[in-house]
Amino acid sequence: MLLAITRRLGQMLFVLVGISILVFLIFFATPGADPSARIAGRNASPEILEAVRKSFGFDQPFYMQYLIMMKKIFVTGDLTSFVNRGWKVVPAVFEAIPVTLSLVIGAAVLWVVFGIIIGTVAAATRGSWLDKFLMVLGLVGISMPVYWLGEVMNLVTQSRYHDTWMFSWVPPLGYKNISTDPRGWFLTLIIPWFTLAILYIGLYGRVLRANLIEALQEDYVRTARAKGLSETRILLRHALRTSLTSFVTLFGLDFGALVGGAALLTEVVFDLHGVGMLTYNALLTLDLPVIMATVLYASFFVVLSNALVDVVYIFLDPRVRTA
Amino acid sequence: MLEVRDLKVSFHTEQGPARAIDGVSFDVAEGEILGVVGESGSGKTVSLLAVMGLITDPNVVIEGSIKYQGRELVGLPAKEMRKLRGREIAMIFQDPMTALTPVYTIGWQIAEQIRAHNSISAKQAEQRAIDLLAEVNIANPHEAIHRYPHQLSGGMRQRAVIAMALSCNPSLLVADEPTTALDVTVQAQILDLVRKLQKNHKSAVVFITHDMGVIAEIADRVMVMYAGRIVERGNKVALFSNPLHPYTKALLDSIPLLEGERPRRLKSIPGSPPALLNRPKGCAFAPRCANRFEACASVPVLPNAGHDAACFKVNP
Ligand SMILES: Nc1ncnc2c1ncn2[C@@H]1O[C@H](COP(=O)(O)OP(=O)(O)OP(=O)(O)O)[C@@H](O)[C@H]1O
Ligand SMILES: [Mg+2]
Repeated sequence: MLLAITRRLGQMLFVLVGISILVFLIFFATPGADPSARIAGRNASPEILEAVRKSFGFDQPFYMQYLIMMKKIFVTGDLTSFVNRGWKVVPAVFEAIPVTLSLVIGAAVLWVVFGIIIGTVAAATRGSWLDKFLMVLGLVGISMPVYWLGEVMNLVTQSRYHDTWMFSWVPPLGYKNISTDPRGWFLTLIIPWFTLAILYIGLYGRVLRANLIEALQEDYVRTARAKGLSETRILLRHALRTSLTSFVTLFGLDFGALVGGAALLTEVVFDLHGVGMLTYNALLTLDLPVIMATVLYASFFVVLSNALVDVVYIFLDPRVRTA
Repeated sequence: MLEVRDLKVSFHTEQGPARAIDGVSFDVAEGEILGVVGESGSGKTVSLLAVMGLITDPNVVIEGSIKYQGRELVGLPAKEMRKLRGREIAMIFQDPMTALTPVYTIGWQIAEQIRAHNSISAKQAEQRAIDLLAEVNIANPHEAIHRYPHQLSGGMRQRAVIAMALSCNPSLLVADEPTTALDVTVQAQILDLVRKLQKNHKSAVVFITHDMGVIAEIADRVMVMYAGRIVERGNKVALFSNPLHPYTKALLDSIPLLEGERPRRLKSIPGSPPALLNRPKGCAFAPRCANRFEACASVPVLPNAGHDAACFKVNP
């Protein structure tokens, strides 16, 4: 088991190095384009171009350029933006990480808990009006665009009904630091958490229900019934337990993507300066060093969360342990 | 001990009602092995699933009477039925590869059944699981309880399933083709095991199979099913030496002989069993029967005698 875990983590490192090389090649080795011109930004003076060329080693071979880039990101951490002169990229990313993590982890807790409850209740009462109601609710959740939902939430809680007893507790938009103001941190994030989670609650609830109903057709469920177990026990200990593996796979993919920046829309609507927003702004200004750093950061989280999923798998499914 | 009377099981399908079991009556006596034989689709599984209360299809209608030790099971509340299942009546299924939950050890799964019906400690349940695995000839039972299903061979899994079925000392064990998915040598071992356990636990066994050879090995009495009805029933020796129904004769002719000259080709029964939604009005076997005559247009009855057949040639 320990061997399987270490092997998986080793693979992850390998994948990460591969991704960093690939990303580097895409941005810096595209034939015909001068990377220094792109890094320096639009309308850069010749002096700046020269400075960029020097600092990124563009007069040296590719592998040196790659190593310099990696050194700037991971060792010295002094990668600077030329679009925003002198802006240090690595600290900017590290400032954005806790914002995105707070948003996504909180939403993930919500969607896992509610997704499991809704999926299980719907599967247990399959065919009933409760099941149909929950599934329609899930569909509504899935089809509401997050930016629209976020704007509506803001409209309701920030302006229209802000002065009523219901929403007077809602603080103004923006992120509060968890260590200096934990209460403010929690209160400002409640609405964004739900806004982001609703889509996934609907999605996970529906997927889990389908998986459970499929699992309930399996032979081992018939065996469990023949054993004289209660329907609740069969549903939770046998069907749900075996359905968790696909649930976890899905979770790993979504969680990784969201932490990697896919929570952009929620971040923008609620004015949370997270990684998604950082990437988005960098793309608008074509700020190559920032893009490089955030893409690396994003792939790191996608790979990390998938590796974690595989580790969780090893605990969930004994068949993976020996493989 | 078990009395089934005029059992009818129908499924509502899109093409109309499908009567999978059409008036089946049989008894199982204390401690006997009743063999149930018939082609695929003849209703062997469905009739015994009905006894177990295990048909979960919401479109099912079950009529007739199933009495277990004097108690009516048709219409028994699910909660009461659950108390009988696994404790009084146990069932094992055809495919041992999929019959166990893949994420739990076999020891856990056996203990789960024991603890569902008896209030004993986890430690005691585990000890009982070890004893049971030893009883079904699994080597190293102390270690085997910690094995997951995928770590066992098909034969081992079927042994574990049998151990689980016997864990609460059921007085009736229903075995639905427990050897079909196994290779021949393992089949013989499992048959021996079922016989030995049946003696030790004094349970009655209903053994479903489509293999007359297996019936010859194991059964005391035999019940032959065709298209949702019983066509012949009787003591094994009587039925094998003097088959009455043409379908039974055809089934017996299709067993390869172990001794003597082997026929070039096994005789097979011409035609195929009728589709569920398209069964003949009268005797369901008539279209395939060489001896059919006018009377076969109505349904033959099965007299409730010792050895008898539902055939107008036998009971005019
Ligand atoms: N849920 C269901 N809905 C509709 N028809 C069903 C259902 N379950 C079983 N049947 C039908 O009932 C008939 C009897 O099936 P059953 O499984 O009892 O056959 P069997 O004798 O056990 O065959 P086998 O040897 O293949 O196991 C079949 O024609 C089958 O298609
Ligand atoms: Mg069957």
